[in-house]
Amino acid sequence: MRIALFVTCLADTVFPEAAKATVRLLERLGHEVVFPAEQTCCGQMHVNTGYQREALPLIRRHVRTFDPYDVIVAPSGSCVGSVRHQHPLVARRAGDDRLAGRVEDVAARTYELSELLVDVLGVTDVGAYYPHRVTYHPTCHSLRMLRVGDRPLRLLRAVRGLDLVELPDAEQCCGFGGTFAVKNADTSTAMLADKMRHVLSTRADVCTASDASCLMHLGGGLSRLRTGVRTVHLAEILAATERSAITGERTAVRP
Amino acid sequence: MTHTFLGMPSTAPPGVGHLRGTEPFPSAARRSLADPQLRRNLGHATATIRARSAGMIAEVPDWQQLREAGRAIKTDVMARLPELLEQLEARVTEAGAVVHWAADATEANRIVTDLVRATGSERVIKVKSMVTQEIGLNEALVAAGIAPVETDLAELIVQLGDDRPSHILVPAIHRNRAEIREIFLRAMPGVDPGLTDEPAALAAAARNYLRQTFLTTKVAVSGANFAVAQTGTLAVVESEGNGRMCLTLPETLITVMGIEKVVPTWQDLEVFLQLLPRASTGERMNPYTSMWTGVTPGDGPQAFHLVLLDNGRSAVLADPTGRQALHCIRCSACLNVCPVYERTGGHAYGSVYPGPIGAVLSPQLTGVADNASLPYASSLCGACYDACPVKINIPELLVQLRDQAPHPRAEAAAMAAAAYTMDHPRLYEAAQRAVRLSRLAGRRGCALPPPLDGWTASRDLPDPPAQTFRQWWAGR
Amino acid sequence: MSSRDLLLGRLRAALAAGGPQVPVEVPRDYRHGGPLDLDRFVARLIDYRAQVHRVSEDAVADTIAAILPAGATVVVPPGLPSGWLPSTVTVRPDHDLDNGRIAAADAVVTAAAVAVAETGTVVLDGSPDQGRRVLSLLPDRHVCVLRTAQVVATVPEALARLTPQRPLTWISGPSATSDIELSRVEGVHGPRTLHVVLLP
Repeated sequence: MRIALFVTCLADTVFPEAAKATVRLLERLGHEVVFPAEQTCCGQMHVNTGYQREALPLIRRHVRTFDPYDVIVAPSGSCVGSVRHQHPLVARRAGDDRLAGRVEDVAARTYELSELLVDVLGVTDVGAYYPHRVTYHPTCHSLRMLRVGDRPLRLLRAVRGLDLVELPDAEQCCGFGGTFAVKNADTSTAMLADKMRHVLSTRADVCTASDASCLMHLGGGLSRLRTGVRTVHLAEILAATERSAITGERTAVRP
Repeated sequence: MTHTFLGMPSTAPPGVGHLRGTEPFPSAARRSLADPQLRRNLGHATATIRARSAGMIAEVPDWQQLREAGRAIKTDVMARLPELLEQLEARVTEAGAVVHWAADATEANRIVTDLVRATGSERVIKVKSMVTQEIGLNEALVAAGIAPVETDLAELIVQLGDDRPSHILVPAIHRNRAEIREIFLRAMPGVDPGLTDEPAALAAAARNYLRQTFLTTKVAVSGANFAVAQTGTLAVVESEGNGRMCLTLPETLITVMGIEKVVPTWQDLEVFLQLLPRASTGERMNPYTSMWTGVTPGDGPQAFHLVLLDNGRSAVLADPTGRQALHCIRCSACLNVCPVYERTGGHAYGSVYPGPIGAVLSPQLTGVADNASLPYASSLCGACYDACPVKINIPELLVQLRDQAPHPRAEAAAMAAAAYTMDHPRLYEAAQRAVRLSRLAGRRGCALPPPLDGWTASRDLPDPPAQTFRQWWAGR
Repeated sequence: MSSRDLLLGRLRAALAAGGPQVPVEVPRDYRHGGPLDLDRFVARLIDYRAQVHRVSEDAVADTIAAILPAGATVVVPPGLPSGWLPSTVTVRPDHDLDNGRIAAADAVVTAAAVAVAETGTVVLDGSPDQGRRVLSLLPDRHVCVLRTAQVVATVPEALARLTPQRPLTWISGPSATSDIELSRVEGVHGPRTLHVVLLP
């Protein structure tokens, strides 16, 4: 299958390993990955901060860029959520019903990674090997906007060598929320502290999730406290194999 | 009465009532976050009610259908609000009551104060009501020489403690039993000095204290949970029996209700009476629900006044998306599941309507400029939307209100520049290189400049990657 | 211009500003009834600390005699079947009793209009065997006598049986509060004890 990668601006700029892992994983499963180079940012940051007018050209660009592709994947629940739920809303509020129709069309072909693997490609065992104790944080937008349900957990359970431990109070927000972490830094930090407490209680070596943004937040906190717990994007775990472990190919981003 | 242009939707006037805080949410929240007792009380209380409510909701096989019906009924109400209010007025009047219309808080307070004065009573007993808090009725009554007595246990705790309510359903949620005992010992006339902090003993103390007041007060003021346009029936949902006391014993009853509380038909109550108790207190049914239609000869108050209040609701109605906030049935489920509310408590929101629903309702009632920090008091985690029994899309409203809020000038310039850059891939790539260089220049985990320094106060920044994804892709 | 006209004008202007109105169809595909499960009704009553007595009609008086101490003062609505009341108690029928007398009574005995099994609720509607609302409010004990035929499974069925124009009191267990640390405490202002006598 020919799959267009919607890399997301954060993965592109700060967490390329998550995006590279997505490419490696899909190619290993026998699919062709293409990267439309005209893509930049879906505009979520602008919409969530209250700048819908400024987001509009970014939404137009996103639609233009991805319209030609039948299947689009992003290693981010949050950005897929933005495409599915915010793009039509912003387009309608701007009075552009034609754009709204086009974004809905593109959104229907856009998948978060675990959705693509389980629903479209019909695979839960991707042949990964990851010999670590791992806990999974279901990020809010994956959980409640996309309703990915247990898809990521099914994928993780099929990873050889992986010791999956349940995260207490998993469904509570980590406190990132984009602009929220900046404008309400104190409350955000209080939420982060509780999330870290739960992560540490699992005694996991690795905390994973499907959103680089939440991982950046969680990883930033875990690193500041020198907890020794790493945050690793789900795509990197699924892309890891015995071979990559032996050759020392980098499979994780340090927090 | 406020003299605005005739018939134009109007926001709630400033200077009266409690819809506006005195400081922005982040600074108020900072204080709450540093209060360990508050954090513990809130954490315990919200976790308790979340678990209980989830259990009760799981018992109902058609919960989702009920939510859909609740949402549809409320959508219909908003679309037909003027005619439903006229119908309600006609039915209530036929049943022997008097209907008053109040454009804003000032007018409602004047109407109620005049009605109480006309009875000659110097005291009123009150059933817990959000709307009378919203309009600052107690302050208006006190200014007129009338003593309002809150009879709901939590409201009594707040009133005796000279405190402010911090939750829609449980206004004293921020207090634990030891603190409540102290308040009673200090401020409750005639209290037994040997009072313990057992909840049953505290409740009994309130019972003893209020009993004579119930029996001797001639006027009561209540809110309303529902008003049925078809029949003129009003409903108050409660637990303790203080509502029944107020609705039954006095000679005169004055009910103040926000205009959005009307429902079209008697049958519609079957939806809300199933949704509300399970979503709010986590009960199959609350202990007491009272329903009355006008005046019943020989039973209950023989004079009944219904005050219909706008106070900004017409302005909320004017926005087809924003008007969802008027669907709220005040269950407070969104507060109980909100990770922000759980940590900051209700006072940080300033308005009497705290939590997620408050963050979308208060700014719309006052105009967003007067509560500009509230739409940002959320991580947009979406737990409130899932919990709402009438499916108000609170995250969508938050995002919309952020768009309407006044923006700091520097932020607006930065966002415009970012959008321009991101709409030009060559500039975007240059910016990516700049980000990388600036990060390499500093130490890992170093502080960002304001306004982003809140981030690095408690979190490290990730290592800058050797190359961006698109550089890697180009080099494959 | 009256406030009424001002307010209605504002609302009409607000709706007009929002664009054309689309009529709303309310989906009513939730349950409107269900099989009646009396055991569930009893379990739900007990769960909310009501005390339940399942007896035959001719045993009502003996049951009430066992519930209330000998010599207790009991207020009753004027239309309550006299055969329900034992001779061990002092009965005060409500012929314009003042609130002080009602509050001083040890108990009240009423019938009910309808009950909801799923929620453990009884509803009083002010009929002659239930009386004024104040009767079932001020005494500390409420004994409510109910016939099986009055019990329905669900809330929608109960509403359909009730007359909106009557003063209605829905009672689910004794008075309670969750205001202190959100833990439920029975007994605040209403009756602190609720007995339900369930007849066939």
